[in-house]
Amino acid sequence: MKRLAPYLLILPGGLWLLIFLVVPMVFMASVSTQEGDIINGFVQTFDFSVYGDALTRYQTQFLRSVGYGLVGTVVSIAMAYPVAYWIAFRGGSRKSTYLLLVLLPFFVSFVLRTVSWKFLLADDGLLLSPLKSMGLVAQDFHVLQTTVAVIGGLVYNYLPFMILPIYVALERIDPRVVEAAQDLYAARSQAFTKVVLPLSLPGVFAGVLMTFVPMTADYVNAGILGGPSNTMIGNIIQTEYLVNTDYPTAAALSFTLMAVMLVGIFAYARALGTENVLEAAAR
Amino acid sequence: MSTPEITRPRVPRVRFGERLLRGYVWLVIAWLFLPIVVMIVFGFNDTASKSNVTWQGFTLRWWGRLGDYPELVGAVVNSLKVALLATLITTVIGTLMGLALGRYRFRGQGATNLALFAAIASPELVMGASLLSLFVSAGVDTGFWTVVVAHVLFSLSFVAITVRARVIGLDRSVEEAARDLGASTWITFWRVTFPMILPGVVSGALLAFALSIDDFVITQFTSGAMETFPLWIWGATRIGIPPQVNILGTLIFAVGVVIAVVNTVTARRRT
Repeated sequence: MKRLAPYLLILPGGLWLLIFLVVPMVFMASVSTQEGDIINGFVQTFDFSVYGDALTRYQTQFLRSVGYGLVGTVVSIAMAYPVAYWIAFRGGSRKSTYLLLVLLPFFVSFVLRTVSWKFLLADDGLLLSPLKSMGLVAQDFHVLQTTVAVIGGLVYNYLPFMILPIYVALERIDPRVVEAAQDLYAARSQAFTKVVLPLSLPGVFAGVLMTFVPMTADYVNAGILGGPSNTMIGNIIQTEYLVNTDYPTAAALSFTLMAVMLVGIFAYARALGTENVLEAAAR
Repeated sequence: MSTPEITRPRVPRVRFGERLLRGYVWLVIAWLFLPIVVMIVFGFNDTASKSNVTWQGFTLRWWGRLGDYPELVGAVVNSLKVALLATLITTVIGTLMGLALGRYRFRGQGATNLALFAAIASPELVMGASLLSLFVSAGVDTGFWTVVVAHVLFSLSFVAITVRARVIGLDRSVEEAARDLGASTWITFWRVTFPMILPGVVSGALLAFALSIDDFVITQFTSGAMETFPLWIWGATRIGIPPQVNILGTLIFAVGVVIAVVNTVTARRRT
């Protein structure tokens, strides 16, 4: 009984993960090599040419998504690091209040937040129409349906996932270590680059994981804030699955996306230690 | 420059940098709040039609007309039902997993950790797409229950990991004392272990609820004809978002704020 205890405890959750996480991946792989349509049904053909076809057809969107994900992640690091740094080292007794302030906006639904941005950035919206009436920007100037709007939306929506892990890493740094560096005649900038920055890197790594993957696979921001030239791979997969019901193409695209992401993630997690990244991710 | 004694001439410059950093942080916070403030304010907009885009003056009338769109009300109710049920299931099975992972060493532990990690790290889009592939292949009609299944899946890891962290931090000698005093395993668990891991269970459950009520991507793939609050908004973006959505968003936001503030205040009192 004692030896069985962990297995009994793990059983319901483990089965859930097996049936609804692992098995569906197998089904998705299977669907990607089927042929047919929604009316006449699909037949398993093990025809892998769908991968080549889908990737040639949508390589622009695929590369664009990875590009948006990379730019968004880099912008997020640049934006989040000073915020996390200030809260961790200058927050004093109010640290948790500042963190709460950073997190509060995310109690509003993801879609609603993005819709609110669309509304703010509209051509005759709250931000642009005063600027236009003052003549500060051209009348035909627009932000919506541009790359800037989509990447801005991505950064906005995933910024806390970058701030939190960096904050956690910075917060763990013993202030005495920084003092020691200064006692040993390190200039402020040196104490930062030689001591604080390296110690905070695990947080940055976790943050990259928590932002790059969902940004690359996102389709809400491109769908609401972007235009036809901002379509990301997520929009294609969503349309193929839910509108065109071209399951094989959609499955092939998502399978490729997953493979690219998972290989990256596991290489990344292995290099840094799964449990550390997991723990940082769960905070 | 490097001797710490000569700090005097450096003081103003450092202070300027500090002030700049402080100003920057508040700027970022303002940026984060901007769309939220707009959402709240436009719930009070005296707009004539469904398109709620320009400020027409203050009104409270939309608060009395929350039920104008029955599908919207139904969608909010669906969101709440899914979130409650998914949170309940996730909390139970996630807590059990957390206990097993924090307390025992067993075969398959590595694989379980890996699966929990994969459930957090894989993009929602891929999870949604693969679940839909499963349901389509198995001939399962998507709807309420498939959404619940999906929501349990993506919040399970968060509950399991928070509980595991709590279990690892437990002082085992307290349990040993209970057993030495004659308590059975069952009594020890409910009277000693469970109260000690409860904070972890509660924060895991809150997180699961927050994730579920906000979820869009996986829900869109697994919901079939059922609509939830985020799905209704997505559908309405093209035709215009009525002020009722702003108000419902504000209400959900207010509940979240109250819970978070209470949580922070009590956490501070504990330490």
